[in-house]
Amino acid sequence: MIAQGRRNQRLVALYREMLRIRLVEETIADRYAEQEMRCPVHLSIGQEGVAVGVSAALRKDDYMISTHRAHAHYLAKGGDLRAFIAELYGRETGCSGGRGGSMHIVDRSVGMIGSTPIVGGSLPIAVGTAFATRLDGGDRVTVVYFGDGTTEEGVFLEALNFAALKALNVIFVCENNGFSVYSALAVRQHPNRSRVAIAAANGLATGTGDGNDVAAVYDAAKVAVDRARNGGGPTFLEFDTFRHREHCGPFFDDDLGYRDPAFVAEWLARDPVTTLERTLLADGTLDAALQGEIASELRAEIDDAFAFAKASPFPPPGDLLRHVYAEDR
Amino acid sequence: MSARTITYAEALREGTAVAMAADPSTFLMGLGVPDPKAIFGTTTGLQAQFGAERVLDMPTAENGMTGVAIGAALAGKRPIMVHQRVDFTLLALDQIANSAAKWSTMFNGQGCVPLTIRMIMGRGWGQGPQHSQNLQATYGHFPGLKVVMPSTPHDAKGLLIAAIEDDNPTIVLEHRWLGNTIGEVPEGHYSIELGQARVARRGNDVTLAASGYSTLEALRAAELLAHIGIDCEVIDLRTIKPLDRATIVASAARTGRFVAVDSGWKTFGIAAELIALVSESAFGSLKTAPVRVTPPDAYVPTTPSLANAFYPSTTTIVNAVRAMYGLRPKTDLELGFDPDRLLDVPDASFRGPF
Repeated sequence: MIAQGRRNQRLVALYREMLRIRLVEETIADRYAEQEMRCPVHLSIGQEGVAVGVSAALRKDDYMISTHRAHAHYLAKGGDLRAFIAELYGRETGCSGGRGGSMHIVDRSVGMIGSTPIVGGSLPIAVGTAFATRLDGGDRVTVVYFGDGTTEEGVFLEALNFAALKALNVIFVCENNGFSVYSALAVRQHPNRSRVAIAAANGLATGTGDGNDVAAVYDAAKVAVDRARNGGGPTFLEFDTFRHREHCGPFFDDDLGYRDPAFVAEWLARDPVTTLERTLLADGTLDAALQGEIASELRAEIDDAFAFAKASPFPPPGDLLRHVYAEDR
Repeated sequence: MSARTITYAEALREGTAVAMAADPSTFLMGLGVPDPKAIFGTTTGLQAQFGAERVLDMPTAENGMTGVAIGAALAGKRPIMVHQRVDFTLLALDQIANSAAKWSTMFNGQGCVPLTIRMIMGRGWGQGPQHSQNLQATYGHFPGLKVVMPSTPHDAKGLLIAAIEDDNPTIVLEHRWLGNTIGEVPEGHYSIELGQARVARRGNDVTLAASGYSTLEALRAAELLAHIGIDCEVIDLRTIKPLDRATIVASAARTGRFVAVDSGWKTFGIAAELIALVSESAFGSLKTAPVRVTPPDAYVPTTPSLANAFYPSTTTIVNAVRAMYGLRPKTDLELGFDPDRLLDVPDASFRGPF
């Protein structure tokens, strides 16, 4: 009973975190037309399960590196919400001082090294942080998130090879949403090409799972994290998931017909947030009152973050050349 | 106490050892670093001294391993990478330009990349288009990088130590023909400020600005020109980025004649940048149009006959200066050079293959 209670508490926490990301992303989408967030946004709506499940298995001081679609990863790792929204608004108080926008978010205080939109570029950097951990003799783990397209880059293999060669504490998390912008996996990779098999052939442990089942993601990530912390080397994890909206921007774009309507309907029915919500409501872990309380707390936090962002100053023009080079320590 | 002389390659090895002994966060990696050839002798014995964890060979994966070095740097390390050929580093241009150069600015100073990448530039003996490039302009173009081109053993050690100790990604371009040159090198730790040119020869009539191996050619040209009473000042840039604008402009303004000598291509190159600088900042003092001495916009062919047509020589520099005075060009023979000498070897004894 106690174990069940603890499990239910954990599931509510995972639900709350996924809902938080969902509501943040929806608010960004709603306000995007105001033209105040003047940067491309790659929303995580539909893919919250992976970020939340993986982050739940991590320590605060574990490193994490992400891609252009980094919002969920940042928030799930504990990144500061106010600083994140201010970054989208280009303000001085933004997590990257307004220099990076949505695609370059960072919060070193929770181990987030950064996010970059050069597909594949972040993989060896993640491996490098794990190499530093090795040189220091620490047990910190590094997680790097990327999409299915990244596995087509040469640097994917370069990163896997060195991680395995040195048995580094790095976990490669592939979020396979089936599309590289509008290009389906089938036009990019041979149907027999198994990314997991490629990782295994390079000497990595591997795992797969339903990315929309946050508990399953957590379980798979926990195995990988424990393995890394205990000196068992790197793991490649692949989670199937689904991006609800367009590759970049606030809108739904299935009117373009690039995804089979049946495929879309099937995935929308498996939405990670509503699926868990239904389960928790059905078994009584969650009731309407608690659900309403969670949602209103989150909305208040989000409203505060947007207000903070809009009230924050822009960086002064005289700061343009700052940080092109490292400033004196 | 007589000054100690060692080779440029030994100076690089010694600079690495000094910097690594001073800072335990440093490590050195590169394809062939611990092998018997030890990167032309520049890494000899370092693995024995610092251990296999801090001095390591690496997979043949220039881009990925540069990313690894960047990640390690972001996590507090001070990596040193070395490539036997600058040409191979084009595979790593994504990580160098998109990650290392931009990280500090992209994230508002949260995380810097104190990474040093040594790149050896080749010349000649049939190495051809993909083993002989001089890419200083390519790397000089990216804000966020620093680019160093030592021309003497003394500067090789001092600039390398400064590069390793600098908090920014720094490219050290080492011309292969300098490896066996000998010069006075102090023992122990010293560093040379990045962005500080060296006046290699004082003079009043013409300013020759050069870097790396080109500095040696400029100095030889200055000697020859001194015989006819033309007194050249030779400025060794030492670092391409940051560029010591003040020293260059002051010299050009004083002499009124400016020749930029560079081993990279003519168009959009270092020499072009120097002439733009002098034209912008010392225009009123110039007595004649400034001149570039560089290889043409072509890739060096393997055959010596075409390689001779590619490389500018001391004669080319001498004649560029003579033209400023309205003097007719001199032939190699007139200047005391064997007209049949090959410009793709450092001297007649060179037998290759590198």
